[in-house]
Amino acid sequence: MSTMTHHETVYPKRPWKATKADLIPVFALLVLAAVVDYAVVAVTPMKGKLAYALLFFVFGAGFQMVLKWKQLGRRAAIDSLAGSVAITGAALAFIPVISLLETAIVKGMKGLYPGFFIHDMSVANYQSPLNQGGVIQAIVGTLYLIALATLISLPLSLLTALYLTEIKGKASGFIQFLVQAMSGIPSVVAGIFIYSALLLTTSLRGSTIMAALALAILMIPTVTRTAQEVLLLVPADLREAGLALGATQWKTVATIVVPAARNGLITAVILGVARIAGETAPLLFTLGVSNKINFNPFFGGQSALPYYVWSGLADGTELGIDRAWSGILVLLMIVLALFVVARVFGTRKVKTK
Amino acid sequence: MADTGDDPRVSSTLIERPVPEKRKLTTKPRPSDVAFRTTLNIMSYSSLLILAAIGGFLAFRGFGAFKQNGIGFITNSPWSAIVGDNGKETDIFGMGAMIVGTLVISTIALLIGVPISVLTALFLTFYAPERIKKILVTVVDLMASFPSILYGLWGFIVLSPMATYWAKLIYKYLGWIPFLSVPQPAFDRSPFLAGIVLSIMIIPIVTSVSREIFGQTPLDRIQAAYALGATRWGMIRAVALPFGASGVVGGAMLGLGRALGETVAVYSVLNIVFKINWHVLYGYGGNIASMIVQKFGEASFNEKKALLAAGFVLFVMTLLVNMIANTVVSRAVKSGK
Repeated sequence: MSTMTHHETVYPKRPWKATKADLIPVFALLVLAAVVDYAVVAVTPMKGKLAYALLFFVFGAGFQMVLKWKQLGRRAAIDSLAGSVAITGAALAFIPVISLLETAIVKGMKGLYPGFFIHDMSVANYQSPLNQGGVIQAIVGTLYLIALATLISLPLSLLTALYLTEIKGKASGFIQFLVQAMSGIPSVVAGIFIYSALLLTTSLRGSTIMAALALAILMIPTVTRTAQEVLLLVPADLREAGLALGATQWKTVATIVVPAARNGLITAVILGVARIAGETAPLLFTLGVSNKINFNPFFGGQSALPYYVWSGLADGTELGIDRAWSGILVLLMIVLALFVVARVFGTRKVKTK
Repeated sequence: MADTGDDPRVSSTLIERPVPEKRKLTTKPRPSDVAFRTTLNIMSYSSLLILAAIGGFLAFRGFGAFKQNGIGFITNSPWSAIVGDNGKETDIFGMGAMIVGTLVISTIALLIGVPISVLTALFLTFYAPERIKKILVTVVDLMASFPSILYGLWGFIVLSPMATYWAKLIYKYLGWIPFLSVPQPAFDRSPFLAGIVLSIMIIPIVTSVSREIFGQTPLDRIQAAYALGATRWGMIRAVALPFGASGVVGGAMLGLGRALGETVAVYSVLNIVFKINWHVLYGYGGNIASMIVQKFGEASFNEKKALLAAGFVLFVMTLLVNMIANTVVSRAVKSGK
């Protein structure tokens, strides 16, 4: 027995946990599987990365199964196989992510030069050498679109979320259902809807505001649902305290609930922005064209990074596709930055102090 | 308290004390609250308004195409708008091939994407150590925020040659299966490739819904399974999978909703031809959303209206799938609590 002044932290023992000695044969067999894999590919007609990957799975999982069977019996062998399959499945999901990022960085770097961020495309076209022209008009256009779409969608989203969390009226279930249904609207449908409603039979042409309207439709469900989750996290005590002090519901919501959820609401907006920043399809119907910066939201076309990438891909030439990759790298950097900011704000969703 | 008349030190007859009036208690809301609640009540219907406007406008604009082509608009395959010598336009619009094509590539996407997603969700819930789990969950979320044109460009440049190679291998060994055969050896830009691209795009949503469901598996049942001597796989098979099955189905349907409406990524990799094609490895196919993008630029007024009608069909399809999926998922999530 230790004395009162001398504490020792006692950790629970985990006898089932694999020790280092247990892991040695596991790794040894993996190495063996790799060696056999290499040898088999070398001597049989099976060739290529696919053969390496497939055979490595067969040998790796097979050897582990045999090991478990020897050690613990048939059921352990099946358990080991299931574990191998789960790990392989997860690996299959993550390989594309690595490939996507790697390709975007490697191919995108080719066309990046300092001028890429300060020039527009009025001095170049998609066949120009890569050290001419740039995406400043597309960056400004994308930011402009984001700002306008947020301006349109935020009030609607926030008010709907407040209805669902603060009023909890009779229609709550129905509204919730509609918001979820809205999140499934294909982006192309949002684009052609704005086109059919506002552009098809009028003399209006594609402009920033039209594209922002289409993007706002896609943004509303994301912002509403995240905002709703965040508002639900605000403790009921805060609301009751406000009401008990004699504040009206409006005062309570405006001065207590919404400020308490501020960080989470910012996260909601950022997630909504990340949802629309890379959308291409709606822009094809609503944005018009511009190769220069255009600050007029109602007249003249606009440019945007996804549209720039799309044009490069549609151009089809080697230079056009190189430009598309550079454009996507810039777009990806913006989306990743938003993602990181959302994470930082999202870690402390509700400020209760 | 208010009554001080009996106090001996104060003579109520000498000093008239103002007695505060009793405060009226009322449950009548203040004007600010009335305004607040009315605003929220009205604004909450904005989603209904938007959905109705989308359906209404697309149906209204596309009505002519429905009327002119009848049921053939859904079942026929040719799509052409030819302007004759006399300046008169002869239109035949049928989106049968596109509907079949959309279903074919979405099915491929589900067949590949759902097993991978479920395995990933199982790995994240029951196998991965806490630290690795956190990183991988972030990566899955990140994957969801990649722009669809990135998937399209990547599919076109990086995946396309690989998928062509895989398609040739599959054809070589499994070509005797009817839908894996090809009329001619043309494997480029096939529904198979589009399906793989879509399968990667639906992984995040299917994985996160499945993971949420698996994460709610009741701990007592898990521990009961272990206490009865189940291995980890035994526990998953006997407890987690039956518990999560309906949630996984709902997640897969949400993935289907995404796959049905995907535009840019499919357009980038698929060779769009207006003929019904069941040979998934053969290099032509269709997809409603990318057909709209492909035809819209040069379409006449009439053809544009027909494309809006096609958009209406797509809207209804995705809306139905999503509504069913959301109902299934929310039931599964509720029953888990």
